[in-house]
Amino acid sequence: MSIEFTPTEMMTIAAARALTNDDVCFVGIGAPSAACNVARLTHAPDITLIYESGTIGTKPDVLPLSIGDGELCDTALCTVSVPEMFRYWLQGGRITTGFLGGAQIDRFANLNTTVVGDYDKPKVRLPGGGGAPEIAGNCGQIYITMALNKRGFVDHLDFITSMGHGEGGDHRAGLGMKTKGPTRVITDLCIFEPDAATKELTVVSIHSGVSRATIEENCGWPVRFAETVAETPVPTTAEISVLRDINARTKKAHEAA
Amino acid sequence: MARICTLSEAIEENVRDGDSIAMEGFTHLIPYAAGHEIIRQDRKELFLIRMTPDLIYDQLIGVGAARGMKFSWGGNPGVGSLHRFRDAVENQWPRPLEIEEHSHAAMANAYEAGAANLPFAMLRGYIGADLAKVNPNIKSITCPFTGEVLAAVPSIRPDVSIIHAQRADRKGNVLIEGISGVQKEAVLAAKRSIATVEEIVDELDPPSPNAVVLPTWAVSSVVHVPGGAFPSYAHGYYARSNAFYIAWDKIARDRDSFTAWIKEHVRGGKPEDFARHVGKRSAKAA
Repeated sequence: MSIEFTPTEMMTIAAARALTNDDVCFVGIGAPSAACNVARLTHAPDITLIYESGTIGTKPDVLPLSIGDGELCDTALCTVSVPEMFRYWLQGGRITTGFLGGAQIDRFANLNTTVVGDYDKPKVRLPGGGGAPEIAGNCGQIYITMALNKRGFVDHLDFITSMGHGEGGDHRAGLGMKTKGPTRVITDLCIFEPDAATKELTVVSIHSGVSRATIEENCGWPVRFAETVAETPVPTTAEISVLRDINARTKKAHEAA
Repeated sequence: MARICTLSEAIEENVRDGDSIAMEGFTHLIPYAAGHEIIRQDRKELFLIRMTPDLIYDQLIGVGAARGMKFSWGGNPGVGSLHRFRDAVENQWPRPLEIEEHSHAAMANAYEAGAANLPFAMLRGYIGADLAKVNPNIKSITCPFTGEVLAAVPSIRPDVSIIHAQRADRKGNVLIEGISGVQKEAVLAAKRSIATVEEIVDELDPPSPNAVVLPTWAVSSVVHVPGGAFPSYAHGYYARSNAFYIAWDKIARDRDSFTAWIKEHVRGGKPEDFARHVGKRSAKAA
């Protein structure tokens, strides 16, 4: 039986599948938060979700609009102060996986959420880094999820808010970073992983019904494809229903207050 | 000992033109009523400090009360831009805003260093990040034991910090519950401090001996302002108004609609207006 799904639903579910029961995951707001909670409600019920507001082991019934909604604290194992969160838990090396989104990304998975244009005279002033610079540096590895389009996937970033693989190769290690950095970028059309040597993002899996040409048209740099490219399994009925249920509960909750 | 007084008195006594001011609350317990009172009292040339400027600083920036801001994430959480902040940075309206931008980890460390009476904070941070290139207050320090190079930022020592909390007792001891953010650090780092609270009670009855309590002698002024954190929330009292945060996007997008909103709801308002937002007690409230 085939089910209908949108590219965004495919992206969230593909992102959710990247997570496991053993992960201790630092969750970014928006698309990452949806993916992490779908994982928790499907194949990874024992995953530990941590939000930078200080909530550890949280199990929200509806997706938070902000990083510190009361729902996160109400359903958490415990809640710590923000300095403790960043010092002991993140910098302390307790987080296996950080899950980030971004406004712009380049081919080495560096992210920009700060400015478009010159920093001092920006064309567009974006919100800024928040927790991302240290999440990117201190989590064991990083997953990134964002829709693939030319506005977001750019040839050159005006500003590096959080470092991915820098200029590629062993740039990260050369700066003394011991963590892996971005290991997967999940989009609405395909999944990228960094090439083992160059660290350039390479398409390793294409979502059902998407052509290589569509991926190339929507990316701001010439796309590289891995030698063997998989087809991303379509969402199961269980995955889709969990995602739609949590989205429906969330919409209702956010409109009510 | 904290003085228990009205909001108008607390702002008059503690907040001066030109002050550096931290109004903290990480999404939770943001002291909105106090922000409105600062606008009504027409404080000028403030240097704003806050990890997430949120709508409270969008409002202070939009009325022109701020000369500068130190921050780490300037958006409307889950919604998008802070339009008054953007207008100030992109178009210098209503006046230019000097910005000092950090990451959350650096701000949190800097508050903690301030509370600890240290001149700077260090962290394993900003590696490969461009903020270090544009913010001269991000420097580095070499560990004298291992040789590791770490990021260093100045500690945060505000002239005045303002927080909102659930309860105070009649002596002015203040209890914070739920997501406690950096409020304890912000108060202890500051020269003067104000806590607005949902309730003033005979006994604090903290739920645990390890609860977050600021003793009265560590706070300058305590003010009873029920609902004072709306549209953010007070755990155990009322939920975050996500609907208001969504509505703010339209109000703040346009200079005229923003100014009209400030005129009606802030300049024409009073601290008691916030009490009407208390009502829907969360499931955890008893």
